[in-house]
Amino acid sequence: MAKKNLQRLDLIFKNEQDGEQILTKTFKRSNQDIVNDLIISGLKGRGGAGYPTGLKWKLASEAEGDFKYVICNADEGEPGTFKDREILSQVPVKVLIGMAVCAKVIGAHEGYIYLRGEYKFLVEPLTEIIDDFHVLLNKIGFDFRVKIFLGSGAYICGEESALFESMEGHRGEPRNKPPFPTQAGYRKMPTVINNVETLAHTYSIFKYGPDKFKDLGVQDSRGSKVFSVSGDTPIPGIYELEFGMSLQKFVEDFGDGDAKAVQVGGASGFCVPRKKFENTKIGYQGKLTGVSLPTGGSMMIFNSSRSMYNVLHNYLEFFVEESCGQCTPCRVGTQQLLLGIEAVKKGEKSSEYLEKLLGLAENMRVTAKCGLGQSVANSFSSIVENFKEEMIY
Amino acid sequence: MSKINLTIDHIQVSVDKGATILEAAKKLNIKIPTLCYHEDLCVAGNCRVCVVEQMGSDRLVPSCATPASEGMEILTNSLKVRNARKSVIELLVSEHRAECTRCYKNGVCELQHLSSEYLIGEDGLIDLVALKNYTIDYFSPSIIKDDSKCIRCQRCVRSCDQLQNIGALSVAYKGEKMKIASFFEKPMYEVVCTNCGQCVNRCPTGALIERNYIDEVWSAINNPQKHLVVQTAPAVRIALGEALGMESGNIVTGRMVAALRRLGFDSVLDTDFTADLTIIEEGNELLQRLKGALVDKDPEVKLPMTTSCSPGWIKYIEHMYPQLLPNVSTAKSPQQMFGALVKTYYANKIKVDPEDIVSVSIMPCTAKKYEANRPEMHSSGYKDVDLVLTTRELARMIEQAGIDFKALENEEFDSFMGVSSGAAVIFGATGGVMEAALRTAYEIVTGREVPFDGLNITPVRGMDEVKEAAIKIENPLPEWSFLDGVELKTCVAHGLANAKKVMDSVVNGKAQYHFIEIMACPGGCLGGGGQPIPTNMEIRKRRTEAIYREDEGMPIRKSHENPEVVKLYEEFLKKPLGHKSHELLHTTYTPRNRY
Repeated sequence: MAKKNLQRLDLIFKNEQDGEQILTKTFKRSNQDIVNDLIISGLKGRGGAGYPTGLKWKLASEAEGDFKYVICNADEGEPGTFKDREILSQVPVKVLIGMAVCAKVIGAHEGYIYLRGEYKFLVEPLTEIIDDFHVLLNKIGFDFRVKIFLGSGAYICGEESALFESMEGHRGEPRNKPPFPTQAGYRKMPTVINNVETLAHTYSIFKYGPDKFKDLGVQDSRGSKVFSVSGDTPIPGIYELEFGMSLQKFVEDFGDGDAKAVQVGGASGFCVPRKKFENTKIGYQGKLTGVSLPTGGSMMIFNSSRSMYNVLHNYLEFFVEESCGQCTPCRVGTQQLLLGIEAVKKGEKSSEYLEKLLGLAENMRVTAKCGLGQSVANSFSSIVENFKEEMIY
Repeated sequence: MSKINLTIDHIQVSVDKGATILEAAKKLNIKIPTLCYHEDLCVAGNCRVCVVEQMGSDRLVPSCATPASEGMEILTNSLKVRNARKSVIELLVSEHRAECTRCYKNGVCELQHLSSEYLIGEDGLIDLVALKNYTIDYFSPSIIKDDSKCIRCQRCVRSCDQLQNIGALSVAYKGEKMKIASFFEKPMYEVVCTNCGQCVNRCPTGALIERNYIDEVWSAINNPQKHLVVQTAPAVRIALGEALGMESGNIVTGRMVAALRRLGFDSVLDTDFTADLTIIEEGNELLQRLKGALVDKDPEVKLPMTTSCSPGWIKYIEHMYPQLLPNVSTAKSPQQMFGALVKTYYANKIKVDPEDIVSVSIMPCTAKKYEANRPEMHSSGYKDVDLVLTTRELARMIEQAGIDFKALENEEFDSFMGVSSGAAVIFGATGGVMEAALRTAYEIVTGREVPFDGLNITPVRGMDEVKEAAIKIENPLPEWSFLDGVELKTCVAHGLANAKKVMDSVVNGKAQYHFIEIMACPGGCLGGGGQPIPTNMEIRKRRTEAIYREDEGMPIRKSHENPEVVKLYEEFLKKPLGHKSHELLHTTYTPRNRY
């Protein structure tokens, strides 16, 4: 079923053959100019946390260390997200260019692509492209090498400091912060770690300039975003859209006409019920954008045939298994939430127990060590609060 | 150093750059509860009990892991903090088998304290323990590991890794299955665990405890057929008071003897006696090895020689450096020498059938329990040491017996095997065996006292990780003329992480020592796994001071001047390293797997 008038963009996936030219051009510019462009563009991390990319590069360039590293986070593990796989399959050179320019800016000579273990099939084609890219780097005389590091399947290793631990041969467990990666990341050295999509966007900024990028999107959310659309939609797949779209418009374009909720940002994101579609925008949280939801790009649509209890149960099972187990709120809290909703559903606990669980979720949000434990409350609270009757009956 | 100014609970405080919020709060005498934090260990920041509110930040921050920064405003007891902290404690209680009244750690469990402080009630969360298949590992004679009481704070993991560099315990699995496990979840007695008990000493709950033999000892005491002999290790007398409501650093030797007598032991003797004996045997072994290596050039004679008193160290080297076992002194530890003598020489002396003797030892150590159970420790024809109690277990027995420890009058050890020297007392501190050995060996060789003021060989004392000292031998007695001009090189290490450094340098040939003292525990036996809880550097330093105070106060300072030891050789052993000695006082070692 063909949909009409999708507000699609074609920036990221546009197959451009001018990599060498853009790289050469950008390398002639000063580090400060490059960083300034990134800051002006308003580019923020596309992995979900939304840290300003230009600032990250700036901090790492100012940090002192015997070595510095650039790492591309391709441990795409958020349920319902599959965009990085496509970017690395279709336009890997854009990502590599972003890494090389970052290396120049911060003074790194080694880069890594931390590739999700399940994306092993990408190792071979990527290696070929990296080899070619190294030839190009030799040509312009820049000493920088990119290697692929294959993950082993733990969701938590997508968290940047757990990712470093994993690369260093340790258990994939998040570190205490501070220090942040720009101060002490991989091997405790200043490190820039960017999402695949973020790096691909830097290419567009180098090519078209920051203003063009900034023209897209709204106030605090600039540029475009690649979305992984799944669930009850006739057209699941990867779509590049401008930031600032309302969920109403989104379900009109992508839903099956019966959407009752959209899960924005995967299992660790927020659930928006139908009545809030109109007033919710897709974008980073900011003062001027009103109710807006950040996302790594996962958009799951649920129609009225779906049980939101089952949806939440599924997410919680995921967290119970994928918590690293290190910190109390995440390890025990996830188990309690899962068992708790089961007990309420079975009638073993009264419906008031949900209030206790909501309080627990909030405490997990403020006490957990890393983003995983902190964000469990997002889906839990938004689903339980909006679909309470489905949790009980 | 630059200073950081911040406020905690609206009170100004200034701390050094790099200090954590927890340290800053301590400065203000504000107590922030902690669980995974331990002063001896690196910061983990994983229990989240110590979270505090940082003004301007939506999320709470862990005070143990967050450095103070300029202008920070911290609240340690806001409603938000209290709710979150209570929630974290409630979660921990829900995954902990909270059958407190039946737990060995009842009353001294840190989780129990917090649960009581934060009024964790009945109507809490779902009990997770009931849903999991937990097993209790009670196969080791030293340590019991009960996963159902584990709260995953990883203090044990960090103790084993950081202090001991062993990694017998590590984190396995993730999510709900995450647990602290040995290699392939084998029982503790099958893996590289040295039984040192540093994990036991730092476990906040009852997940890791010493295997206690209190009831067995009570049964034996109350059996009229049995003659109960007890020996007490040097490090017990300077720490026992801590477990009975006294400050650290108190010497309670006389009270301890009085208490043991009241408990019903027939004979209260002293491991220090065999510590002196160890020095004679081990010192002579060292001199014999030096002769074998320097004069006879015998390739079978191995140098450097290492000490053998610490059973944690013995198990460690059996696992980690089996090729160096010929370097370990064959002398048994004082505990085992004592055991072997009690059921032979002593039994004969007091005319009691060794079969009817129950030999009990009080040790600062959990590894001593394992040592007493080694198959080779039956040289008397019986189990040489029947039951081993830690300092903590003895304190518990004293409490059970209703003895007001502080009010006891000092009493003296029984004789025979109750007299000792200051050299034996310092066995309890790192460097002590070395110092005691040097006091004796130097005098045997030269006929003169060691050239140190007041016999205090200070270079081998103190908390430095690895200590080195060299003594040049000049004008020796004629029979030791081959040692003339030889610089005797010694090395002392405490804690197995430091032992590893020393042994690696021996293996790669970088170190040229003659004699090495290794104690498995930080600070030596005074920091042993069986000592009162808590431990930290400050406490260990106070215990150390007490030990050297005790040494200074002894009328005899040198092992070879212990009159009972002299008499033992005259009456029974005849000479050091003689036939009887080899039969009773020396042992062999077993190479073990490295996992």
